Amino acid sequence: MNFDYTWLIGGPQGSGVDTAANIFSNTCALYGYYIFGKREYHSNIKGEHSYYEVRLSNTKINSTTNNINMLVGIDAETIIRHTQDVLDGGMIIFDQRILNIKITEIKTIDNYFNSRLRNYLQKKEKVFSIRGLLETAKDRNITLCPISLHDIQSHTSKINNNMIYSSRSFNIIYVSLSLGLLNISFSFILKTITKIFNKKSNVIKNTIQISKYAYDYAINYLTRIDVIMQQCAPANRMLIKGHESIALGKIIAGCRFQSYYPITPATDECLYMESKGFVNNNKPDEVTIIQSEDEISAICMAIGSSLTGVRSSTSTSGPGFSLMVESLGWAGINEVPIVITLYQRSGPSTGLPTRHGQEDLLFAIHAGHGEFPMIVYASGNIEESFYDTTICFNFSEIYQVPVIHMVDKFIASSIITCNKFDSDQIKIMRGKLLKEINNKHYKRFQITDDGISPRSTLGMINGIFWNTGDESDEYGHITEDPICRTEMMDKRISRLDLIVKTVPKSQQIILHKISKHCIISWGSTTGPILDAIKMLEKINIHVGFLQIKLLHPFPTEHIRSVLDDVTIIIDIEANKTHQLGKLFKQNLSRDIDYYILKYTGRPITCTEIYQSLQNIFSKKSNKEIVLTHGQ
Amino acid sequence: MANNISDYKTDIHNDWCAGCGDFGILNSIQMALCELNIANHNAVIFSGIGCSGKTPHFINTYGIHTIHGRVLPFAQGAKISNPQITVIALGGDGDGLGIGAGHFVAAGRRNVDMTYIIFNNGVYGLTKGQPSPTLSQGIKTKNSINKNINCSINPIELAIVTGFTFVARGHSFDIQHLKNLIISAISHKGLSFIDVIQPCPTYNDDMHTVNSANTFSSQSYYKLNQSTYDPIISDRDNKLTQYEKLNKILIKSHEFGHKIPIGVFYQNNIISSYQDRLNDITISHKNISPASTKISDSNHNPSTDISNLIDEIILK
Repeated sequence: MNFDYTWLIGGPQGSGVDTAANIFSNTCALYGYYIFGKREYHSNIKGEHSYYEVRLSNTKINSTTNNINMLVGIDAETIIRHTQDVLDGGMIIFDQRILNIKITEIKTIDNYFNSRLRNYLQKKEKVFSIRGLLETAKDRNITLCPISLHDIQSHTSKINNNMIYSSRSFNIIYVSLSLGLLNISFSFILKTITKIFNKKSNVIKNTIQISKYAYDYAINYLTRIDVIMQQCAPANRMLIKGHESIALGKIIAGCRFQSYYPITPATDECLYMESKGFVNNNKPDEVTIIQSEDEISAICMAIGSSLTGVRSSTSTSGPGFSLMVESLGWAGINEVPIVITLYQRSGPSTGLPTRHGQEDLLFAIHAGHGEFPMIVYASGNIEESFYDTTICFNFSEIYQVPVIHMVDKFIASSIITCNKFDSDQIKIMRGKLLKEINNKHYKRFQITDDGISPRSTLGMINGIFWNTGDESDEYGHITEDPICRTEMMDKRISRLDLIVKTVPKSQQIILHKISKHCIISWGSTTGPILDAIKMLEKINIHVGFLQIKLLHPFPTEHIRSVLDDVTIIIDIEANKTHQLGKLFKQNLSRDIDYYILKYTGRPITCTEIYQSLQNIFSKKSNKEIVLTHGQ
Repeated sequence: MANNISDYKTDIHNDWCAGCGDFGILNSIQMALCELNIANHNAVIFSGIGCSGKTPHFINTYGIHTIHGRVLPFAQGAKISNPQITVIALGGDGDGLGIGAGHFVAAGRRNVDMTYIIFNNGVYGLTKGQPSPTLSQGIKTKNSINKNINCSINPIELAIVTGFTFVARGHSFDIQHLKNLIISAISHKGLSFIDVIQPCPTYNDDMHTVNSANTFSSQSYYKLNQSTYDPIISDRDNKLTQYEKLNKILIKSHEFGHKIPIGVFYQNNIISSYQDRLNDITISHKNISPASTKISDSNHNPSTDISNLIDEIILK
């Protein structure tokens, strides 16, 4: 039997939503569930609404749904914003004190949401109030679970003799209540708290006591939920966040220099690397992490580092990448290997700075003035992003080009369970990097048969070279000679064909399934698409799915060949202007039949794709479907 | 090992204008490298954009001609990654104090052990003589339409207050003196800055400007080391003395009238270099740098063991 359960906790930023979700995810994962969690937050330090959605299942899951089984509100706003998404028969946990709060008193709820809620309650013939909203829930057979946080708090503060501390632990109370309701043995919570609060040993004892009290409260006084029980996680299963996965990829790939400028959602990865970069006491495995003065400096430092033979990288998001573009061209003309991890978020400009989007595909492909070779490569999920990161470093050194590794906010701030990373799959391929040079005739940009020259590094005996942003000769000296210019341009650009020819086909695209109707997509939409396809199979609808990873240079012929028998192509992307669709049409001269697009800043859910595809199959769909689910 | 000045020269055609101050700076750099006996492959010259940006092509060491205003980030990335190399960054005044001013300030805060030379001619030469950040207000250069509307930057003062730990001024026509400054700058452990005043014979060489050859020959310049001036702050100075010295140094940096000081304005031997600070944070940096780290074995397997990091996230 399939168990599929979504828990959502929300509260003002700074109220410990994240910690609660980490405890919940880790406990449930330890208990043996598969996890998919995602974090949503405002561009704000304290006070605005943030929430964390964690989906549990006894089978592998890759996305979130439209529905919530258990809604937990640290504050009233969470209940107001999310009650409509609670499934019929679900459960809502809240502090009974919120019943007296007027919706209009909550300043963080804006007019847009207010008027939508007003309409909803009007239709349902309910009063515009929290009570009115909860009545709609009751009508849908949702279990309302008001608790007295005050009572629990006064009990726990008696335990701890510390009123102030316990008022900070609402999040612990709520998560422990939730886990109690799910019948998960307390031993898993104990393990989790011990692990998460490891470094703060002075608070562990209190936290455990509070947690145990709330957990027992749920067991004793609340109605527990029927769940599919698990035993414990199988050996070799991990619980990992997207930014950690990419950081680990960089560390094992031998990236030893990363410069960055703080930007959401790329910074988490850099901080993780800075805290974990020192891998092994006996081995010099450190990654030097430099916080630079701006993104221009970040990429220039990384390029400077790469010239010394170091695998170097920078991580950024759209606004930062915009600043890096001039330097990207310099790396291009000078054939410098470098990896730029581009964590996309919603634009343009500052856009929705903490929200998701896949809006920079065409920008990445066309970044930089003039023409130079580079690779744009996209990972579809957290697990993939680990292996892909190592592949990107190989690409950059083999082909001596900048590589833009496209990920996004959805990948960066989601959490999943997956199999332990297999280091044996990782190979370090450094291309034509020289270890020493034994003759006096070295030419950094020597014309060669395959268009790639042996690469010296700064400080190497006999390896002196010059780099310039000007066109240059084989030594790297400036030239404006028309014939030399033509040869050099041909040499560099020939690499694009070489890349398509020599990158293993399995790394270019993933054909998850083939059918007359076939989805094409790229990046983090992969997860919800895979889940939707499974859901559709259950109602006997079969849809194929081609995930394109190598986006530039575009593997046109390979894609053409796998789509030979496909009649209907459906493009799914988290942007407004269907950028992959455009790229596809440009390269294959083939039309897209349907677009499923979302640009609310929130990730696409599997439910949304499932419903959209049902509409397409029943011929009730427009050519362009715009999705809007989510807070 | 090369110890002949010609070993530091390339045979690339030099297209600077006749009489350009750049020649003097180029010669001084080559002479300094030669005198310090730095192996050609151990030196890297980074440059920005403009006439001065072409300098690396004339020097027979590694030469990295970067983009406008970004020479310092490139150079720092390389030096931090491979501390064994001698790094000299150079560029024009517009490059370093206009478009690159943010990097100038940030570099001062880091104090990476390298040398930065600004070719200061008061104009953007290669784009035909627009006023640069060091040109005094009210000066009209040969090609500018109006008198310069902006006030000028004081590079010496800016370098001192942003954290450069060796700050000097030279003149492109006093090659011996400039060579000695470059030698001291390279030898200094930390970020060194040399502001080199030079004419742009095509666009900024009028009799009345500080950059002109005429101003130099009319003995408008004097050497700091021929006075009682003390540029050095060391741990022998107590806090109060350091403060008093710094005040005098900053006052000296404002001396820019009919007598212009050249020589070392400031040398701080107390402030730690970036490398030292990195060493304090990381463990392996003491003996090993990013560039000397082995990342794979002969079978292309990664040398990095991430098992303890994986262990932290494994469910158990």
